[in-house]
Amino acid sequence: MITIKNLHASIDGKEILKGLNLEVPAGQVHAIMGPNGAGKSTLASVLAGREDYEVTDGTVDFDGVDLLELSTEDRAREGMFLAFQYPVEIPGVSNVNFLRTALNEIREYKGQEAISAKDFMAMVREKSAIVELDAKLASRAVNEGFSGGEKKRNEIFQMAMLEPKLAILDETDSGLDIDALRIVANGVNKLRSEKNATIVITHYQRLLDYIVPDVVHVLYNGRIVKSGPKELALELEEKGYDWIKAEQEAK
Amino acid sequence: MGYTENELAKDLENQEYKFGFVTNIESDKAPKGLNEGIIRFISAKKEEPEWLLDFRLKAFALWKEMTEPEWAHVHYEKPDFQDITYYSAPKQTKKYESWDDVDPEMKETMAKLGISMEEQQRLTGVAVDFVMDSVSVATSFKSKLAELGIVFCSFSEAVKEHPELVRKYMGTVVPMTDNFYAALNSAVFTDGSFCYIPSGVRCPMELSTYFRINEGGTGQFERTLVVADQGAYVSYLEGCTAPQRDENQLHAAVVELIALDDAEIKYSTVQNWYPGDKEGKGGIYNFVTKRGLCERNAKISWTQVETGSAVTWKYPSCVLKGDNSIGEFYSVAVTNNYQQADTGTKMIHLGKNTKSTIISKGISAGKSQNSYRGLVQIHKNADNARNFSQCDSLLMTDECGAHTFPYIECKNSSAKIEHEATTSKIGEDQIFYCLQRGISEEKAISLIVNGYCKEVLNQLPMEFAVEAQKLLAISLEGSVG
Ligand SMILES: Nc1ncnc2c1ncn2[C@@H]1O[C@H](COP(=O)(O)OP(=O)(O)O)[C@@H](O)[C@H]1O
Ligand SMILES: [Mg+2]
Repeated sequence: MITIKNLHASIDGKEILKGLNLEVPAGQVHAIMGPNGAGKSTLASVLAGREDYEVTDGTVDFDGVDLLELSTEDRAREGMFLAFQYPVEIPGVSNVNFLRTALNEIREYKGQEAISAKDFMAMVREKSAIVELDAKLASRAVNEGFSGGEKKRNEIFQMAMLEPKLAILDETDSGLDIDALRIVANGVNKLRSEKNATIVITHYQRLLDYIVPDVVHVLYNGRIVKSGPKELALELEEKGYDWIKAEQEAK
Repeated sequence: MGYTENELAKDLENQEYKFGFVTNIESDKAPKGLNEGIIRFISAKKEEPEWLLDFRLKAFALWKEMTEPEWAHVHYEKPDFQDITYYSAPKQTKKYESWDDVDPEMKETMAKLGISMEEQQRLTGVAVDFVMDSVSVATSFKSKLAELGIVFCSFSEAVKEHPELVRKYMGTVVPMTDNFYAALNSAVFTDGSFCYIPSGVRCPMELSTYFRINEGGTGQFERTLVVADQGAYVSYLEGCTAPQRDENQLHAAVVELIALDDAEIKYSTVQNWYPGDKEGKGGIYNFVTKRGLCERNAKISWTQVETGSAVTWKYPSCVLKGDNSIGEFYSVAVTNNYQQADTGTKMIHLGKNTKSTIISKGISAGKSQNSYRGLVQIHKNADNARNFSQCDSLLMTDECGAHTFPYIECKNSSAKIEHEATTSKIGEDQIFYCLQRGISEEKAISLIVNGYCKEVLNQLPMEFAVEAQKLLAISLEGSVG
């Protein structure tokens, strides 16, 4: 689904990603863990196409297309979805209007007809149930006045609506209580299929009890320095990141 | 949900000013310049009664003694009042009996404006009084309105058919002495609209007038007079488009609203005068005096979406004369490139328990300057007066300006006045969020801006709201920086 080779990216002249390699095949869930400031959100932003970042080297193949050649919106239309660590509020713009606009832009890009209001509303009902999102939230302004947990749930709701090929969840678990965490994780699990892939960025292995990853990667100092099965997450939880740091410095 | 995203997209492709074209209808016009002779010419041309000519001449005498106001936060080259043609009318004098009789060229114009009458009549039930170059050329729904005793016609026609009403109310809310432009208008106005809703009648449809400047160098001096008699209700719409021009065109309208006891008037405008090109060349000067008078328990609300004009100077106001009367002002003012707007409202509280609400949303883009100027005045006898004002400014670039000048004059200690103001810059985070969902930048801006203006757009009738959203999108194209 996505193959990242030797990715270097910097912001304001400071290099954050320093030759990152990562491959996530279709049908799999990969977790990326790592200490604060390692570059996890940077990776998500660079893949999504945030303009503040400059890619200085490397390639990203996204299901056969050169991702780095695409504009931000075309990446989204090709099926890249980012569940934001800090979703923004857009006052006065209803969630449904926002999503219908997004959905129709994606459909137009794919040469499909715009969705009818009736089909769209049916889809809203179906997908909001997946994350147990109150129907009222669907018609409220995008994230405006939402609690932290509601914002995160809304991200997964949007993901369900847009049906991406690759979803990157950036710290979707932060700020969630255990019930909300379970709901969000269930939602993500229901959306898993052989055709799509998920990258779960997290600090805590707790989330990985619910969304069980095929592979766990450790991102440290702008690179993936370690990869392993899901048990690696438990090890990191137990031992922290100091041993990773020590290992890296030893090299 | 009712928004027409596809239409919006189509319009967005259209970078140039959409309504910039000129209709070639032979004019019957006055020579350039302004003097007593010209005023007599206009009055004679319009076959006016003696009292109206006297009104004009008196206004002209007053105007000659006045000087152009300079206090607004705008800079422009003053118009040369002797270089303007004060009267021009399309050749045909006959009013059309049916739609089929309408000049095909005029139909085309209306089609370009997107207001095909057939459509309008069939789909919306809106009666349109289309004013082209100061003379009404088509009126619809008249008979249906007449059954209810509602008068909705051009100002000239009202002078002929209902002189007693015109004479009784004209100039009572905006006296000719009010200001420089009001005096000028009173002297040279050529046409406009008149509306009277009899006592106890609820006008069953939105009354709508489209204005359009059409002759190069023709100053446009419209007059609108809307009277809602006791207990009456009317929703009145005015929209403007103008052709592209190289020289500045002056527009100085006067709008008077009168809501008698227990009456309500909703007045909505989507204003779209040509703002000038990217360098600020051309474009309309819009100096308008709009004011409403509320008697006991009456209510007037002004809703305006302003995207046009090179220079705008406009303060729709309410005089809350009767006890328990209510005044509202909802405004979106967009400025882009080199546009300058100085708009706002005045709420004059005279009666007891009077209430006013002001919601102003300014959007500045390019190198434009956008000013809100508001006055809330509570008079001595206005016990328990209330005002709530909210003035928000949204900046699209680092080069534009937003200014807020709220004035409060309070002479009654029982008054409650609240004022809130915010200034924000359009968020890169918000735009990135939209882009990440597959939404193009132009559409993202349109969504964000329309969301920001929602409280005002919600006040507009549905068709107008859709049009207003498109206008906002068109006028802010490529403007984030
Ligand atoms: N505008 C910026 N200029 C310089 N450094 C930045 C900027 N934005 C983020 N960084 C740095 O980039 C590094 C990676 O940040 P981030 O990707 O958010 O880490 P993570 O998500 O792994 O906690 C941090 O050291 C952070 O301070
Ligand atoms: Mg982060």
